Amino acid sequence: MASHVLWLTVFAFLVSLVFAVLLRDTPREQLRTGAQVFGAFLGAALLLGWLMFPFPL
Amino acid sequence: MAAGGKGGAKTAAAPAKPARDRVGVAIVCLVSWLVPGAGHLQLGRREKGLVFLIALPVMFGMGLYLGGRLFPFAWSEPLVALAAVADLGAGLWYFAARFAGYGGGQVVAVTYEYGNTFLIVAGLLNFLVMLDAFDIALGRK
Repeated sequence: MASHVLWLTVFAFLVSLVFAVLLRDTPREQLRTGAQVFGAFLGAALLLGWLMFPFPL
Repeated sequence: MAAGGKGGAKTAAAPAKPARDRVGVAIVCLVSWLVPGAGHLQLGRREKGLVFLIALPVMFGMGLYLGGRLFPFAWSEPLVALAAVADLGAGLWYFAARFAGYGGGQVVAVTYEYGNTFLIVAGLLNFLVMLDAFDIALGRK
C-alpha cells in the first residue's frame, strides 16, 4: 500500500471533510465547501507534480 | 399590551445559548482536546461531533499505520518540538499510542513522511476543533 496518489487522496478527503464541517453549518454548504477544498488539494498536487516532472534535469 | 399585535413583537434577537462560565468553558476545551468531537457532542452539536469523533482518530490511526513517528519534545530541535506539540493535539489517542508502544516511526518506509503528515495534521485539526468548541461554549457561534 505505497501508492502516493491513494494516500494523497485519502488525506485530502479527510482534511476537506473536517474543514467543511468545521466552517459551514448546513449540509449543502458543507458539501460545496468540502468539494471545493478536496478539488483544490488534488488539483494543486497534480499541477505541482506535473510541473516537477522534468526534475532533476 | 405590547405594540405589534398578538403576543407582542420581538424587539431584540436573543442569543442562541447562554454563555458558560469559565470553568464550564475550560471543561469543554479539555474534553474536546482529549476526545476529538466530544466537546461538540457535549454542546449539542451532534452531527459535527460525530464527524470529528470518527475522522480525526481515523486520520491519526492511518498515520501510525503508515509508519509515522510521534515526535519527542526535543527543545534543542525546534521543528521536532513543534511537531511533538502538533502530535499532542490528538489528545487521548496520542497517549494511548505512546502507551501501546506505537509511533516509533519507520524511517525506511516509503510512507514515513505521509505518516508524519497524517499524525501532525490530525493533531492540528483537533486544536482547530477545540477552538471551535471554545467559541460555541462562549455563545459566539
